[in-house]
Amino acid sequence: MTSPPEPAPATSGFSRTAIRLTVNGEPADVSFASYKTLLEVLREDLNLCGTKHGCELGECGACAVLLDDQPVLSCLVLGADCDGRRVTTVEGLVTDGRLHPLQETFADLGAAQCGYCTPGFLVTAKALLDEHPHPTRDQIREALSGNLCRCTGYQQIFEAVEAAIAAPTQNAQKPTDPESSNSANSASNGAL
Amino acid sequence: MNLIGKARRRVDARAKVTGQTKFADDVMLPRMVHCKLLRADVPHARIVRIDTARARAHPGVHLVLTGGDFPVPYGILPVSQDEHALCVDRVRFVGDPVAAVIARDEATAFEALDLVDVDYEPLRTFATLEDSLEHDAPRIHEYGDRGNIHKIVALEFGDVDGGFADADRVFEDTFFYQGNTHLPIEQHAAVAAKDPDGKLVLWSSTQTPHYVHRALAKALELPAAHIRVVATPNGGGFGGKSDPFNHEVVVSKAALVLDRPVKICLTREEVFYCHRGRHPVLMKFKTGVKRDGTITAMEVETLLDGGAYGSYGVASTFYTGALQTVTYHIPTYRFHGCRVFTNKPPCGPKRGHGTPQSRFGQEIQLDKIAEAMALDPAEMRLKIVERPDTLTANYLRVGTIGLSECIRRVTKAADWSSRHRRLPFGRGVGLACSSYLSGAGLPIYWNDMPHSAVQLKLDRSGGVTAFCGATEIGQGSDDVLVGCVAEVLGIDPIDIRAVTGDTDLTPVDLGSYSSRVTLMMGNAAIQAAERARDLLAQAVAAKLQLPRERLAFADRRVFDVEAPGDAARSVSFADAVVLAETMFGTIGTVGSYTPPRSAAKFKGGGVGPSPTYSYSASIVEVEVDPSSGWVHVPRVWIAHDIGRSLNPPLVRGQVEGSVYMALGEALMEEQTFRRLPPRLSNALVHKFPSMLEYKSPTTLDMPEVVTELVENPDPRGPFGAKEVGQGPLLPVMPAVANAVYDAIGVRIDEVPITPEKIVKALSEKANHREPRFGPARFPRIDWPEPVRVAPPWDGGDGTAARKSEVRSQKSQVGSR
Repeated sequence: MTSPPEPAPATSGFSRTAIRLTVNGEPADVSFASYKTLLEVLREDLNLCGTKHGCELGECGACAVLLDDQPVLSCLVLGADCDGRRVTTVEGLVTDGRLHPLQETFADLGAAQCGYCTPGFLVTAKALLDEHPHPTRDQIREALSGNLCRCTGYQQIFEAVEAAIAAPTQNAQKPTDPESSNSANSASNGAL
Repeated sequence: MNLIGKARRRVDARAKVTGQTKFADDVMLPRMVHCKLLRADVPHARIVRIDTARARAHPGVHLVLTGGDFPVPYGILPVSQDEHALCVDRVRFVGDPVAAVIARDEATAFEALDLVDVDYEPLRTFATLEDSLEHDAPRIHEYGDRGNIHKIVALEFGDVDGGFADADRVFEDTFFYQGNTHLPIEQHAAVAAKDPDGKLVLWSSTQTPHYVHRALAKALELPAAHIRVVATPNGGGFGGKSDPFNHEVVVSKAALVLDRPVKICLTREEVFYCHRGRHPVLMKFKTGVKRDGTITAMEVETLLDGGAYGSYGVASTFYTGALQTVTYHIPTYRFHGCRVFTNKPPCGPKRGHGTPQSRFGQEIQLDKIAEAMALDPAEMRLKIVERPDTLTANYLRVGTIGLSECIRRVTKAADWSSRHRRLPFGRGVGLACSSYLSGAGLPIYWNDMPHSAVQLKLDRSGGVTAFCGATEIGQGSDDVLVGCVAEVLGIDPIDIRAVTGDTDLTPVDLGSYSSRVTLMMGNAAIQAAERARDLLAQAVAAKLQLPRERLAFADRRVFDVEAPGDAARSVSFADAVVLAETMFGTIGTVGSYTPPRSAAKFKGGGVGPSPTYSYSASIVEVEVDPSSGWVHVPRVWIAHDIGRSLNPPLVRGQVEGSVYMALGEALMEEQTFRRLPPRLSNALVHKFPSMLEYKSPTTLDMPEVVTELVENPDPRGPFGAKEVGQGPLLPVMPAVANAVYDAIGVRIDEVPITPEKIVKALSEKANHREPRFGPARFPRIDWPEPVRVAPPWDGGDGTAARKSEVRSQKSQVGSR
């Protein structure tokens, strides 16, 4: 991550804002054109392209991130309003080289097809599990109702969230190196 | 089988769940500038003047392009080369692009769009099917069959009138299928750049890099060898990214002019204008049946609203009449199809391409026939299912058919016989069936070359790289490629790198459309992998002094099948490559796939042939509130004849995703238009080009789906696999309509089946009028003289007959 030492002349047409925030646990100083949304700041100024855009209206959920642990639609949040706040994106779900249990189950159970809506689903589901460690299917439906997926029909997404509840310890033990794919596969065989 | 048929994490899953998959808009390059398109705000007009001076003078603007910069037209079909990257002298719908601004950032480009001055001279707007049928002038395009009719076709197979005469009853019904759009969550995006050698590179969210490659060469008048198109993984396609698009040509040109990378990402509103989605289709079905439900003759008439450009429309038109015969035995068949141009975003291929509309009509009519003839809809269908290994009346060669098994599976799972026509008022179940291609039998442009090709590079490290032009659009294309190679070579998918969808690096695959990838790429991959395995086997056989036939490949080892545990008669896969490289030199193999020649030799017979067809049956349960008209779907059962399931969670995902998209089409999704108020401009505009108002099903709308996979390996498919990406969508819409009828006794003969239509139909019923909502009539169309082809059982050979021949055949031979 780099922040420009001074306003770049190439963007002189728009006033700029500089903020300090915590992104995925790391402090970040960033300066950007003041009109930018958090989504644009993440993608264009912090090079965190895992967060996606799909509608510009807060309707599709592809841009969901956690702001101070609460899911928000980053296309509806101004970057300038994020000074001093904590942002978690899909890039922040991997800890110590290990995938989050939700990432493991989404990968194993077909919950990610094209993968474009996946980051938004993952952070929203993480917020759900952080607050309600054992949600029912209806609570999962409700929590994810602001995220659209055009590929899966949602069923495998529900199952992946439920599988992440069911076996968090087992999932957490899975290393992410390529050699783990066999063990991940055998787990998914059982789940299916 | 080591891998095939077992649940496996897809090869690209890790990238997707960690947000590392690089979609087109994630391509960020040094010195990159940004492009925005100015789109027409009038539906049909001549461009009198474009003045770009103010825009060019705006600080931060690098370049402004207009239609004059793009004199050469292009289009996906050779017969419809009717698009320019920017409109030259005419705009044809609100959203048609007329100018492009390239600036230092998106916001500056957007600002400068306002500074492009365009004067229009309005032309008559064609808003409806009837408008375009009835008024020949002005013509929206200067080509096409006549007036504003783009394409009009008539095909006749056998003695159709004789078939109707033989019937115990003849049914006539009209239906309307409203248009809808793909709505991929990823908006189209593209980045173009000059590579260090001065050649053009385009990264784009396209399903068809090979066709984009050809279109760029043509439109930009460049040698194709100097253009590289890289299809980035698509964030959903569904057919909506299968055309070469304006923005791809524009940024390519701009990158060449500016010698720096140029990016465009469409807004959601613009994605609605790109469209190429489901054609609105008005249709009429006339079907003659015997008392037992056996079909004696069928006549299908379709009228398609094509929107403003050709796109795949000629193929879409034929598809509305192509696959009826593949599902049920229809001894005599007549098809009339007509596509008109209107001043709306162009329609094209959406999941099921041209077939869902007519499937909707056919399956509802069968439900009506079953009721009228006092037959069970499932039993009746079981009686008329087409037979396997058959040539149909319209010369489609059908392979394996799992439809009867699909029907038996869903009726059993849904407890059909104790529920259909037996549930209380307000609750019902409906059944429908379908079939779909496993890949179009013919390419978009005429040629005899392979449709898919795979190259393998084997490395002495034991790693394998698989190169293929196929495009990952979320369906699991890369996983099929790697899975097939890994299965044959007995290695783990993680040992294989897939390089796909890159016209510089990968051999041609025609693209992710027509459900062709698994079958065609899969067969090519198996061929390439078997050739590599043969080389390795020769080298290992020499080393171990064993006959080649005794060697097996599994668990990253090559070993003696008669002594699998004997380390002395076994080498690792990596060592096998070393031995082969020592014996033969560098190891690389190729495989390719060309579909079998079509049996249809008549004009129009190019649409419909496929190596084999998939089959599906679905039962939908509904609860209808008669006061509000609200339809709740608690459960859907679906059985799909997949041939063989290569990776079951992916197959299930395609089935459930199809059901989801189908429920959207059945109940809420519609691409519709309105007039702006006269005090504004009265322009015909998209009713709601935003995700906020274009309704699609959310997690709260999605019912439980019970999926049954019918596995009966088809020898034409890789390891027996057939398609699954599109077929399972098809039966769901008519099954919903049939279930609504079962629940409340009214027919909704059009989609979407909205509460408003249900309430209206119930009110008709209460007033003792026809308990139905749907089109009243099909317009009279002056159809051309049909292409007449004698069915195989009438001694035909797939060629069109002259009139006199048809007459003499009629007198000699009855139906089968």
